[in-house]
Amino acid sequence: MAKLKEKPAAPALEKAATGIRGLDEITGGGLPKGRPTLVCGDAGSGKTLLGMEFLVRGASQFDEPGVFMAFEENAQDLSKNFASLGFDIDGLIAQKKLVVDHVYIERAEIEETGEYDLEGLFVRLGHAIDSVGAKRVVLDTIEALFSGFENTTILRAELRRLFRFLKDRGVTAIITGERGDGHMTRHGIEEYVSDCVIVLDHRIIEQTATRRLRISKYRGTAHGTSEIPFLIGDHGMFVLPITSLVLNHRASHERVSTGVARLDAMLSGAGYYRGSSVLVTGTAGTGKSSIAATFVDAACRRGERALYFAFEESPNQIMRNMRSIGIDLEPWVKKGLLRFQAERATCHGLELHLANIHRAVDEFDPQIVAIDPVSNLDAVGSVIDVRSMLTRLIDFFKCKGVTALCTSLTHAGNGGEGLEQSGVDISSLMDTWLLLRNLEYGSERNRILHVLKSRGMAHSNQVREFVINGAGIDLVDVYVGAGGVLTGSARLAQEASDREAALTRQESLEANEQGLRRKRLALEAQVAALQAELAAAEDEARRLRTQHGQQENRQHSDREVLSRVRGADPVRPARNNSSDHKKGGVK
Amino acid sequence: MTRRKTASPKADQTKETPPQERWLLRLYVAGLSPKSVLALANLKRLCEENLQGRYEIEVVDILANPQLAAGDQILAVPTLVRKLPPPIRKIIGDLSNTERVLVGLDVRPRKASES
Repeated sequence: MAKLKEKPAAPALEKAATGIRGLDEITGGGLPKGRPTLVCGDAGSGKTLLGMEFLVRGASQFDEPGVFMAFEENAQDLSKNFASLGFDIDGLIAQKKLVVDHVYIERAEIEETGEYDLEGLFVRLGHAIDSVGAKRVVLDTIEALFSGFENTTILRAELRRLFRFLKDRGVTAIITGERGDGHMTRHGIEEYVSDCVIVLDHRIIEQTATRRLRISKYRGTAHGTSEIPFLIGDHGMFVLPITSLVLNHRASHERVSTGVARLDAMLSGAGYYRGSSVLVTGTAGTGKSSIAATFVDAACRRGERALYFAFEESPNQIMRNMRSIGIDLEPWVKKGLLRFQAERATCHGLELHLANIHRAVDEFDPQIVAIDPVSNLDAVGSVIDVRSMLTRLIDFFKCKGVTALCTSLTHAGNGGEGLEQSGVDISSLMDTWLLLRNLEYGSERNRILHVLKSRGMAHSNQVREFVINGAGIDLVDVYVGAGGVLTGSARLAQEASDREAALTRQESLEANEQGLRRKRLALEAQVAALQAELAAAEDEARRLRTQHGQQENRQHSDREVLSRVRGADPVRPARNNSSDHKKGGVK
Repeated sequence: MTRRKTASPKADQTKETPPQERWLLRLYVAGLSPKSVLALANLKRLCEENLQGRYEIEVVDILANPQLAAGDQILAVPTLVRKLPPPIRKIIGDLSNTERVLVGLDVRPRKASES
């Protein structure tokens, strides 16, 4: 209530961010500020961790010092335990950002005679809060008091007073409690905490344990009530954000190459869409991993970062195998462009896988991700669980704009009826689906590839033969002959006969060309002769014209001489006489 | 907590109230609350009756010295701590039940005395 006095006009509940990844998202900003929150769960469900991380992150990220009142472990143990998660408890204590007070209750040492209260606890808590100016308090677990004191009437009254005290001090508090039969906590302390209750759970389903968290109550905040998986990793707690309920991720128009030029060509010439999800299915040995590795290799060549989740092979094995087809992934790993995360699918639950992938993607921030193969997750959970997990995973990739390539093993009978089923029935989630098949013909097995679907692009409807050799993978046209699709050596034979036919065509073409060349030469000779004739005729005409001009001039000068002799008037030049004649006359 | 460095062989022979042992009793109180006042009065009376001349009472007010509360792991108030002779014993409450206090302090044996 102290909070209401401080901010009467605030319409929304003020929250104290926990800094725990995912938790702030599902609580809409954190825990109710200035109020106590109950965290309950079984032993080993992560209560202490949640509390400690709340304080450590508060002290280091939000400048809110904290007090950890430990009823179960002493400060040294806590500090040691949390050092493995990268929490520097001793450092924070030295910086006066954290106080760890170990409250030790030994029933055997204590005799109760008459009236008492728990003022000592209040004084210690108050003193600890004052000594660092704490804004956050964790009591872990307050229920230990019930084993220390006989008089529960006093205890309950004091607990009520304690929660009031915490509210009056305006500290955001976490009180942990162990789950009891039919109750949230063994001693029913949930009745004192009315604002926020978080239930932690650690369940084992089919030999794999999954930690889950549920917000059972959060007054004044809309919250989901479903169980949300979380994990405790190297850096503390990580609550998986719930999947985006609305599909509103941005679709990129950018394309990313598949690493195989012919495959790019099949996908309308440019490859996958960036941020899309690609499924590669096929029976064993059809080259799914090779497609994944080629894609990864191409991304690294472009300088992009790629994350490879391997559920079947160790990174070393993948690198060795890919080297045999001319793909060397090791330099990318050394350059830090490629990271492998290899673990057996069965080593933990689906949710933990999901969380691990989330975390790895958040940390590494890759542009592309390969999961090889997703079908191995079948072994971990039911079909519905796997599907729901993959839906969330693909949503996550899409939100991040990460191009994801998932391979999936299909088990098809000889009839091939199971081929067009992705192992875990996820094809509808995928944007592009490449189907790899083995084709047996002429006593050999050859791989072929189809693009079964590719959303948003005009993809090829053709079947291609998929060839893996020392130089990587390539796609080759298949021949559709009378006996069906031709691949492998049948295709090679067909290619050889094609080459022969082409050679014959080439020869006849060359013969034709030569004949034409000769004809052209003959015609050209004719043209030259005619042109020579024309030139001769023109010469003759010119000669005649000059002759005529000279005769005229001569006649003219003769006349002039004659007229001079006669003493006649100078002769005017004829009107239509050209200046040539006149000039000629002057000469 | 079960160290007995000051215990002499003679102490083992005498079952009740070894005469040579000094009693150091520390009473934690929170100010002058009725319970604290009552506890102190009860303690003084009880010591006079049972441990005359061999006891010493130290009163710690945790409101004045909050840092001292953690040292003896004080939660409840009032708490009486038997610092000497070892082992440490704690008695919480206003000490109104004299019999239980004496048993709790091992002034009177609860069963066969440990010492």
